Amino acid sequence: MHLALDRLTVMRGDCPVVDGASLAIAPGELVGLIGPNGAGKTTLMRGALGLLPHTGMSSLTDMAPQTRARHVAWLPQAREIAWPVSVETLVTLGRTPHLAAGQRPSETDRAAVAEALRIMDLSGFEARPATKLSGGEQARVLIARALAQDTPLILADEPIAGLDPGHQIATMQAFAQLAAGGKAIMVSLHDLGLAARHCTRLILMHRGRIHADGPPEKVLTKANLADVFGISAHLTRGPDGVIFQPLEVLT
Amino acid sequence: MTRALFPGLGLLTTALFALSLLTGPAGFGFSESVSALITGQGEAVTLVMREIRLPRAILAVMIGASLGLSGAALQGYLRNPLAEPGLIGVSGSAALGAVIAIQTGFAAAFALALPLTALAGAVIAVLLILALAGPRGGSLTLILAGIAISALAGALTSLVLNLSPNPFATAEIVFWMMGSLADRSFSHVWLAVPFMAVGWALLLPLGRGLDALTLGEDAAAAMGIRLDRMRLQLVLGVAACVGAATAVAGAIGFVGLVVPHLLRPLVGARPSVLLPASALGGAAMVLLADIAVRLVLPERDLKLGVLMAIIGAPLFLHLIYKTRRAL
Amino acid sequence: MIPLRALALALTVTAGPVGAQSTEAPARVVSMNLCTDQFALMLAAPGQLVSVSYVSADPVTSPMADAAAAYPLNYGSAEQIYLMRPDLVLAHPWSDPTAIAMLRRLGVSVVQVPGVESLADIPERLAQVGALFGREEQAQTLIRQFETDLAALGTLPLGPRAAFYGANGYSMGEGGMAHEILTRAGFRNIAAEVARSDTGQIALELLVMAAPDLILRTARYPGASRSEEILHHPALQALIAAGNGLEMGPDWACGTPRVLEALRDLVEARQMMEGAP
Repeated sequence: MHLALDRLTVMRGDCPVVDGASLAIAPGELVGLIGPNGAGKTTLMRGALGLLPHTGMSSLTDMAPQTRARHVAWLPQAREIAWPVSVETLVTLGRTPHLAAGQRPSETDRAAVAEALRIMDLSGFEARPATKLSGGEQARVLIARALAQDTPLILADEPIAGLDPGHQIATMQAFAQLAAGGKAIMVSLHDLGLAARHCTRLILMHRGRIHADGPPEKVLTKANLADVFGISAHLTRGPDGVIFQPLEVLT
Repeated sequence: MTRALFPGLGLLTTALFALSLLTGPAGFGFSESVSALITGQGEAVTLVMREIRLPRAILAVMIGASLGLSGAALQGYLRNPLAEPGLIGVSGSAALGAVIAIQTGFAAAFALALPLTALAGAVIAVLLILALAGPRGGSLTLILAGIAISALAGALTSLVLNLSPNPFATAEIVFWMMGSLADRSFSHVWLAVPFMAVGWALLLPLGRGLDALTLGEDAAAAMGIRLDRMRLQLVLGVAACVGAATAVAGAIGFVGLVVPHLLRPLVGARPSVLLPASALGGAAMVLLADIAVRLVLPERDLKLGVLMAIIGAPLFLHLIYKTRRAL
Repeated sequence: MIPLRALALALTVTAGPVGAQSTEAPARVVSMNLCTDQFALMLAAPGQLVSVSYVSADPVTSPMADAAAAYPLNYGSAEQIYLMRPDLVLAHPWSDPTAIAMLRRLGVSVVQVPGVESLADIPERLAQVGALFGREEQAQTLIRQFETDLAALGTLPLGPRAAFYGANGYSMGEGGMAHEILTRAGFRNIAAEVARSDTGQIALELLVMAAPDLILRTARYPGASRSEEILHHPALQALIAAGNGLEMGPDWACGTPRVLEALRDLVEARQMMEGAP
């Protein structure tokens, strides 16, 4: 298991934002974390990483900071790039947990950076200042940073929001490929179509609780969509894979 | 670019250090100065070189390095190019601490009482700034908090000096607000050295964490950076550097703003490289400013802070203009 | 002496109600300046002086601190002085002009006694202030005493080189009474050597290069100031260790007969340096 949560609860004041969440993610899984705004997706992941005070158990919080950083890469939703560093420098930051204090990046580190840049379609961008790129390009650079960290587990908070359709699909395919190669990946996302198509498993959150957990067709049921999102949708599995299309808001 | 930067800055600092030793109202030749400094020949010249000019130049290097380093570290931590110890009231609070120590007589109690009290003043200011501006150091809160802390520290410094029984003390508000290296001696060097060494030792290793912070607190924490330890190291390091510098030379502003700003493009904006570069650059900057004050107005003690403000304030305005959308 | 009396009279007249005769001497005099305090303490009849400035009670600045301590002290504010109901207030031309203007508005007569530029001015000033107090005889006694003492100290031939050095590196050049005293005691003032004929700052390194035989330092005030730190600079200490140093006590502060004490100290220092008894 690359990630195991047992009755994880995160409180904001007296109100539980994540309420008794238990789950386990195994190598090879690409898990889509879905749910309406405020369902607790981000809080679940930050709680699991130990970035928020919580009760219950997370397999990540027992690790020493550097060990944990070699086990899990975290891509926050806020796309923060404070200084105009080059794309290569920024992506190399992902190698931080692998370097001892004062150690310079080795061939292995450079190879990991180059591979991450290739996956995110950023070859040729190395010398450009990251702050001068477009929003979507910045998002890809930040994903590349998380990939360069080269961890068995990746947690990504809305990584594809704001990307063009081509790069959205390419990114989801890259995640699927990495998962197929033995990594475990959990991404939160709002595009249920992409989630249904590319994820091996979906976890649906509603009001801080895990409402449903399973293969896309088992989670995106008519009842679940109505209860949690208040919408109706069309879901079919054809020769092109799973196709999901939201239809209308239920009143 | 970066490869040539450190040798270049080192060379510049060395050259300015030598020039500083050769600058002064008593004009004597290069060879005379050097032989007096090294061999001790020529009694009066030796005294001038070893006891007046040498400590002054050494202090310029130490203070410049401390202020440049503190500025770069604060900016890296708050991810804001406007963060500067002088502007956000850290230097002013250190000056208040120093003035209180001197006027209450605590400074005479034991050797390091003066820089220690200045350090305490600086710690309070840094903690206040971090509490008020928050972890992300938004420009508006940072500047507003800085104005409030500077104003309070300045007023209390004036009050303490006004209450002094010493008629000269009252007139010295300018020194504490603007800073000067005139007639500093080796006793001041020894007073500042231990604190600055501690400050450098605390701040220089922050580079890795500051680099990671480029991506935000969450990302940095998830990359194995211990933010709480880093914050403690930053607070104590900045306070030790700024406290010691202010205790011996008054509050010299803008060094920590101008130097990192000039050097940032040359280090590829990497906070970790900017730290040692700003230390060297700060030393060169203060040496240069201290040479300039002696050349511009040789008869008067033109305050270093005046010169730095003339250079730094327009740059500060430019930075505000550039970052105004974030305000 | 006649022009002096005329001056004293003129000052009294412009200051307020005519009090030319000693029978109409002021009954309550307040002095608000260190130097006028000294004249007042020397000249006033018992009970005539009501208050002196607080500066006079400070032994660091005032040579007559013990005498001054017997009087109520004033801090130079018009309100405080007015409430002392003085007939006459003595001030310096540089005393707080707003306080003086206020006192005059309230109908109090204020005389601003000018400072002394040379030793020769001291008898004049004694006579002037004596006339203000209606104590001409006491003034004459003091003048005779001063002139006798001054003559007794004599004038020594110019020899060793000396420098005044005070807070912020201030030095005194030619043209002041301090320079006159220094010269009488047989010292050359180095101020002219370092291209400073008047009073002003001398850079420490210029002083070191000039290497005077005697350094006259100002005394340190209580509390602390950065301005005075220069007096403890190792370079200055080395200079004094190599030659001679003398602290300028409160006797130097004002042009009153007390400056003879300063002159006496200097003459002694000169004799010591010459190795004479």
